[in-house]
Amino acid sequence: MPPLLSVHGLTKRYGARIGCADVGFDLYPGEVLGIVGESGSGKSTLLNCLAGHLAPDEGQVIFDTRAEGPRDVLQMSEPERRMLGRTDWAFVHQNPRDGLRMRISAGGNVGERLMAVGARHYGDIREQALDWLGRVEIADERIDDRPSAFSGGMQQRLQIARNLVTGPRLVFMDEPTGGLDVSVQARLLDLIRGLVRRMGLSAIVVTHDLAVVRLLADRLMVMKDGHVIETGLTDQVLDDPQAAYTQLLVSSVLQV
Amino acid sequence: MSDYNFAYLDEQTKRMIRRAILKGVAVPGYQVPFASREMPMPYGWGTGGVQVSAACLTPDDTFKVIDQGADDTTNAVSIRKFFEKTAGVAVTERTCEATIIQTRHRIPEDPLTEDQILVYQVPIPEPLRFLEPSEVETRRMHALEDYGLMHVKLYEDISRHGEIATAYAYPVKVEGRYVMDPSPIPKFDNPKLESAALQLFGAGREQRIYAVPPYTKVVSLDFEDYPFDPSKAPHPCALCGAEDSYLDEVITDDKGSRMFVCSDTDFCASRRAAGHVGVAGAEVPA
Repeated sequence: MPPLLSVHGLTKRYGARIGCADVGFDLYPGEVLGIVGESGSGKSTLLNCLAGHLAPDEGQVIFDTRAEGPRDVLQMSEPERRMLGRTDWAFVHQNPRDGLRMRISAGGNVGERLMAVGARHYGDIREQALDWLGRVEIADERIDDRPSAFSGGMQQRLQIARNLVTGPRLVFMDEPTGGLDVSVQARLLDLIRGLVRRMGLSAIVVTHDLAVVRLLADRLMVMKDGHVIETGLTDQVLDDPQAAYTQLLVSSVLQV
Repeated sequence: MSDYNFAYLDEQTKRMIRRAILKGVAVPGYQVPFASREMPMPYGWGTGGVQVSAACLTPDDTFKVIDQGADDTTNAVSIRKFFEKTAGVAVTERTCEATIIQTRHRIPEDPLTEDQILVYQVPIPEPLRFLEPSEVETRRMHALEDYGLMHVKLYEDISRHGEIATAYAYPVKVEGRYVMDPSPIPKFDNPKLESAALQLFGAGREQRIYAVPPYTKVVSLDFEDYPFDPSKAPHPCALCGAEDSYLDEVITDDKGSRMFVCSDTDFCASRRAAGHVGVAGAEVPA
């Protein structure tokens, strides 16, 4: 089976400083990759480079497209990349305000991606929006409410529905549970885990919360100062960390 | 003869505007930036339209100005006087006699011909403005033909009001490419955007010019199950009895009486001159 996403030598510099350097990995269909590291370690830079929000200085990001097989995303034209960004890819922001349109109803938010790829039947769009609100546990009667009337956890769930409605194959998540209280976090993680498993999605999850990757990720990449310092199966890395920094990271988690 | 250069603007400025117009005609629906000048009237009173008219006028032209369909409102009268004074051109209130018609918020009822130019005054040229505040982003959306957001607005209309409630400035797609704001004309006028006349749009404050060349395909956006409906008030004109014209609702007293009359004054007057009479047409002098 060819990898869904194959990254080679990805480097992004901010002038003389390094954002991320010489990152490479393969992601297979149905696999969830966690990227952990402290603030400033380059994990968000890496995610934004992968998702096409930032232009890296060097490297290749090869995605196995539905129509044409493996292609380097960085060599694609802007319209092609945008199309990919709203069909096969999804991006879940840490702050739902970045990923949602706050002045547009929940239904409109979910329907936007459908309309962007050419859906022009109101009834169908509405039906799919309702279906997806149900899947992320938002009540049907909230479909015409604006996200600003939603709680933080609901906003995040709505953002997930809006992203998954076009049936993407690869989801980028930037701290999906950041800023939520723990009980809401737990439910959200449960939901994400269920959706990822049921839809057979591949996902790249960036977080500094080791509990999140323990629950979601199959494999783990630890970053420090822009470099990948350790990779492996999640349980292996967390239970038997090899690099000194990973040992520090794992031992820094408070045990309640 | 006046002390102004012909049609107020200097020749270099008119050349600059004509270049923008030509580019607009070459790329129908595309908003061409231009160096809008200060005009002797406030923004919002038609500074963009006036500049486009000034660049198009020749001494042989006959000029007509309408404001919401009427020839006799403040805006129309003052712009007509402005060009009478600064260009010395002939002016008219008859649609069929005019070669250049500057308009605010209406398209004349009489079909236009290939010999006519219709100049629109545009307050906000960007159809995506209220959905996406960033100019950088809207330009990118136009460049990449990324127009899903426009349908989100129509979706919101239906979900809130049960129908597409946008009644004016109804977005259109020009020649299968650019989504365009037809200026705040009622959606009743949208089918008339496919016209034999050249249509030019000038936005003075926003510094944009765009164009719809003659016989260009202009499609109003809609959903398959909620098709575009160019609706109007379900009445005949009280003065001339016309069934197919766009109507203004006029309150006639403080007891709830009202009448519906053609918003296009020239259309109404010529119908009355030809002997058509509506229900109240006999009482009101023509």
